[in-house]
Amino acid sequence: MTSTPIALGQRGESGRAAGAGSPVPAAPPRRRARRRTMSASQWTALGFAAPLLVYLVLFYAYPLWRNIDLSVHDYTIRAFVQGDPEFVGIQNYVELFTSSTFGTALANTLFFVFVSIIFQFSLGLALAVFFRANFPLSNLLRALFLVPWLLPLIVSASTWSWMLNSDHGIVNSVLQSFGIGQINWLTSPDTSLLAVTIANIWLGIPFNLVILYSGLQNIPGEVYEAASLDGAGPWRQFWSITFPLLKPVSAITLLLGLIYTLKVVDVIWVMTTGGPGTSSTTLAVWSYREAFGTGQPSFSLAAAVGNVLIVIALVFGFLHLRLQRGQENS
Amino acid sequence: MTTQRRWWKTALGVLFTVVMLFPVYWMINVSLTETRNLRADPPHWYPRDLTLDGYTAALSQQLPALATSLVIGLGCVVLTVLIAAPAGYSIALLNLRGRRSLNFLLLVAQMIPAVVMAMGFYAVYVRLGLLNTVGGLIVANSTIAVPFGVLLYTAFMSGLPREILQAARVDGASAWRSFISVVLPMSRNSTLTVALFAFLWAWSDFIFASTLNRNGNFIPITLGIYNYIGNNTTQWNAIMATAAIASVPAAVLLVMAQRYVAAGVTAGAVKD
Repeated sequence: MTSTPIALGQRGESGRAAGAGSPVPAAPPRRRARRRTMSASQWTALGFAAPLLVYLVLFYAYPLWRNIDLSVHDYTIRAFVQGDPEFVGIQNYVELFTSSTFGTALANTLFFVFVSIIFQFSLGLALAVFFRANFPLSNLLRALFLVPWLLPLIVSASTWSWMLNSDHGIVNSVLQSFGIGQINWLTSPDTSLLAVTIANIWLGIPFNLVILYSGLQNIPGEVYEAASLDGAGPWRQFWSITFPLLKPVSAITLLLGLIYTLKVVDVIWVMTTGGPGTSSTTLAVWSYREAFGTGQPSFSLAAAVGNVLIVIALVFGFLHLRLQRGQENS
Repeated sequence: MTTQRRWWKTALGVLFTVVMLFPVYWMINVSLTETRNLRADPPHWYPRDLTLDGYTAALSQQLPALATSLVIGLGCVVLTVLIAAPAGYSIALLNLRGRRSLNFLLLVAQMIPAVVMAMGFYAVYVRLGLLNTVGGLIVANSTIAVPFGVLLYTAFMSGLPREILQAARVDGASAWRSFISVVLPMSRNSTLTVALFAFLWAWSDFIFASTLNRNGNFIPITLGIYNYIGNNTTQWNAIMATAAIASVPAAVLLVMAQRYVAAGVTAGAVKD
């Protein structure tokens, strides 16, 4: 999950940018007076924002519109080139929801996302608490923890493929020395999803560590000093101070992790291509496979799956904005 | 706390780091292993008969791909900064009307899965003849960094002291002049952070590369590795050597710009 940290941190008023409840925030009265005319300074502001606005229309709005267009037509390769697809309305969506892959992909997505997040978060938090203590080399070691997160995903994914290789992989070799027989991590339908989830957990730990660590830095040390004067041990301090005070940051970390994990394609694709069968196919992988993963692309179905994925991501996204707004109001 | 106890923590920290970085070590180990030792059972924990064959193979076959990735990464940095910096200035300091809606749009933009964008781009590019071009890939890759860049610039620039801008205005500086001579130089750290992330994301992109540039003459290194795995499953030392080489930018940037990495994630993800 190396994806984009969603910037939430605009200071001041811009941070309140349109919450989930009311998409159009009411303009403050004093500004309404000069709403009608465009002052010279507004033209200047628009001039500086113009490249971004053009960019958003050309490279976000237009491809997304094309994607919706794909999903309501029957695009074949031929129709793609000639541009004469048949309009089929919601047929692709009907096909998607009645497909036998849908249930599997949804269940796999839920498993992949939630198991990944639970472990990434709890390990990230444990490490953040550990590195909070000031000991020799702590900064260096914490920096080294970032490495997995900065590596190209394809690098990590191919390394994990080799480590989990049935015959010559180091993981099986170590397990064998504990008397555990060979596990076909990537080639058995029973373990493929688990294998990609393990790799993804590893990938997500650094991100969780960084955010949670910075959250810990904002908890004043005096609180801990007072607690230890009152005789609270480390365990008690964690549950009575760290955990509650870290709640806002934790909530954001969890939601970000959720949005990123939903999108993951490359890790799974490189390790298992969603297989064997559909045993490690998530919604994102399914969409990728339909469009680009087989010799016979089914762009329309893939676009429909992609749009369902957008809707799921947006639902959690709005939740995230709501949460952020709640935090700023409190 | 006694010194003894602190060293005990260091030892534990080293242990955690070793466990965490084991896959990275394993990649390097395999990349230095002789082909005949690759299938040893049990695998060797360190490369016996150290060989650089993997690296020779990787460099002789993947150098063009590395150059392509470099061009794409740098192109992405330039495009992202050119669009994001003025927009951040406009939103943060020029009180652009509608900036809240714009910020909202940028947040939403970041939630759109790359696989969906890839399909949209494919549909657009197939008509425009931009498939399999480096330029097309630069544009597609920048969609990950641009919203992040604008939000990061906005956050930073809102914190700049307004007095400096007012002073520049009193001295007769235009908005453009203030941007170039005052705001941009003061935002240097933001530019470094945005550039760092734009480069790393573009460098490590696989989804856009494998959908928009799969038959191109100039393929990026991630696709090079992927094709390698498909074509060449016997030479894992060469595959891992390529992977190790592809990780160099991340390693270099981490050493050079570690504080920007942390600052970028936290500025990007946590309230102030």
